[in-house]
Amino acid sequence: MSAEHPTETRTLNCAEAINDALATAMAADPAVICYGLGVTDPKGVFGTTSGLEARFGAARVFDMPTSENAMTGVAIGAAMGGLKPVMTHQRLDFFLLALDQLVNGAAKARYMFNGRVGVPITIRLILGRGWGQGPTHSQNLQAWFAHVPGLKVVTPATPEDARGLLLASIFDPDPVVFLEHRWLHATRGVVPHGVVATPIGQARHVREGADVTIVAMSYLVAEAVHAADWLATRGVSVDILDLRTLRPLDWPAVFASARRTGRLLALDCGFATGSVAGEIIARVAMECWDALRAAPRRLAMPDVPEPTSPALTRGFYVRAGDIAAAVLEMLGHDATPARAALPEPQPHDVPGDWFKGPF
Amino acid sequence: MNWEVAQTLLTTMWRIRGVEEAIARRYPAGRMRCPVHLSIGQEAVPAAVAACVRRDDYAVSTHRGHAHYLAKGGDLAAMIAELHGKASGCAGGRGGSMHLIDPAVGFMGTSAIVGNSIPVGVGLALALQARGGDAVSLVFLGDGAVEEGVFYESVNFAVVRKLPVIFVCENNLYSVYSPMAVRQPEQPGIAARVGGLGIAAYSGDGNDALACLEVLQAAFARVRGGDGPAFVEFSTYRWREHCGPHYDNDLGYRSVAEFEDWQERDPVVALERTLSAAMAGDWDGWRRDTRAALADECEAAFAAADAAPFPEAATAYVGEYATS
Repeated sequence: MSAEHPTETRTLNCAEAINDALATAMAADPAVICYGLGVTDPKGVFGTTSGLEARFGAARVFDMPTSENAMTGVAIGAAMGGLKPVMTHQRLDFFLLALDQLVNGAAKARYMFNGRVGVPITIRLILGRGWGQGPTHSQNLQAWFAHVPGLKVVTPATPEDARGLLLASIFDPDPVVFLEHRWLHATRGVVPHGVVATPIGQARHVREGADVTIVAMSYLVAEAVHAADWLATRGVSVDILDLRTLRPLDWPAVFASARRTGRLLALDCGFATGSVAGEIIARVAMECWDALRAAPRRLAMPDVPEPTSPALTRGFYVRAGDIAAAVLEMLGHDATPARAALPEPQPHDVPGDWFKGPF
Repeated sequence: MNWEVAQTLLTTMWRIRGVEEAIARRYPAGRMRCPVHLSIGQEAVPAAVAACVRRDDYAVSTHRGHAHYLAKGGDLAAMIAELHGKASGCAGGRGGSMHLIDPAVGFMGTSAIVGNSIPVGVGLALALQARGGDAVSLVFLGDGAVEEGVFYESVNFAVVRKLPVIFVCENNLYSVYSPMAVRQPEQPGIAARVGGLGIAAYSGDGNDALACLEVLQAAFARVRGGDGPAFVEFSTYRWREHCGPHYDNDLGYRSVAEFEDWQERDPVVALERTLSAAMAGDWDGWRRDTRAALADECEAAFAAADAAPFPEAATAYVGEYATS
């Protein structure tokens, strides 16, 4: 894919970067269509789809019936018919109605029909935590999708990757579940122009470090970096990997880092049991056992539904303080300073002060 | 009457029944190691569809999809090989009877999950609409699928966007062994209920191939003309067991009297009577030649499937993605 202005960059937030990726893809390829509940409404799915209908027309950008399952099947059929549909859901939780079409249909088609048909669809699912979204508006079920052969699952952590991975997803010949964290929408970063894709299946080496490997995904990359900044002031250096893709996962990058540091801390924004972090710990234990100098650890969401009241979510989320404390403990240090230096922010159910809101 | 149309219909029906009966005969030998759902007794609807459909139309179907695959022009030898799990199967042995496909003729797949292929057919219609032209997308479904939420979602969207899609519902009265009485209200019938969604709804006698053709021609004309989607319900009856080669009247979930009533109205025999009377002295020779050719084709398909190699076991781990 050629870029229009490959060397020029600008600063956008994640939501703007996603909007820009959609516009870039639609301008580059008339087969790309974009639909979902609220795609053309005044708020444009947190601004991510604003202006697309005016630019590309109602045949390619449209609102839809509240029919998540059928509209996913429509995307599959449209893709078999030559289109490249991008479907958007304001919350991952709504998309659970469409698991039949995703799992029995999109994920299986290429394999089950021996490569005679492909399903190049992109499913944008917005997930998050906090802000009183509660048990059915906050679920991070990436492990479910990563479990299914035939799907690709991406979890951008920066505006550049939100844009690049969305472009890669749209032009990928197979179905991609694109998981965008609501807490990242307002984060700003430098992004390129043109069709500049972030390769699916390649982790990003966020920071070089010698003492502990932190494998992070999505929003937790920001918390990991925040923790690493403080740990550096204590003379502790961490190696941070941003997975970027959960399926197919970049195992060579994970194993190489784990072997280098001998200590693994896996972060997951989903429930702990059956999590991607659990899979990472299992694989590292099997593949890198001889190199490990401490038991691997995991920080994930508690194994209960996420409650709504802010009183019930105090201490509920994985924070930089938890990460820094875990790193210190893995090194045999006292974790108390991490708790003191990186307390849970107040209010605790919004991103910290290093973020630029609002959301 | 127009002989040629009736001959075309009857030829398709003989072909479908002949293939399905051959599968049933050979199934107990154990070389077709996948579930099979036969369409014996239900041949009139796919035959009538075959007389209306074009190569550039799309179609999707269900677990009971052999007849639809053949009606759309699917490769018979590739289907039989697929049932045998051979590399030459239409899905290379990965799909089996319930996952047939032939993109070369626009047959875009069947699904083992009730209702699963319905929205896919609607999505194919969306792609056709974007492309322009008068090709249509066909969605084969049964009476059980009408109980799935995804059916209503799909019809609704097709109506909203005036999509070129025809839903062809073969109502054979049973969802596996569950009768209509425990699944749907007696009145109004399926077509009347679905018509309430704002789609042009038709119904017809699925034992009368010429009547099926007349109804389908009206539906195809409407949809090809750009007037939006159509739904067609045909009453029909599955003679054999839900899944497998045998009769199952011994199970008692349906009465022998009911079975015999439907069998007396055999759609193949009905059209044979009509056509033989019309053709008079030309009938015997045409019948003999046509059936001999069909039998040869069917035998050749099974012989080729028997002789074809199996896929290599190692290939099971290849093909998850386009690039792997």
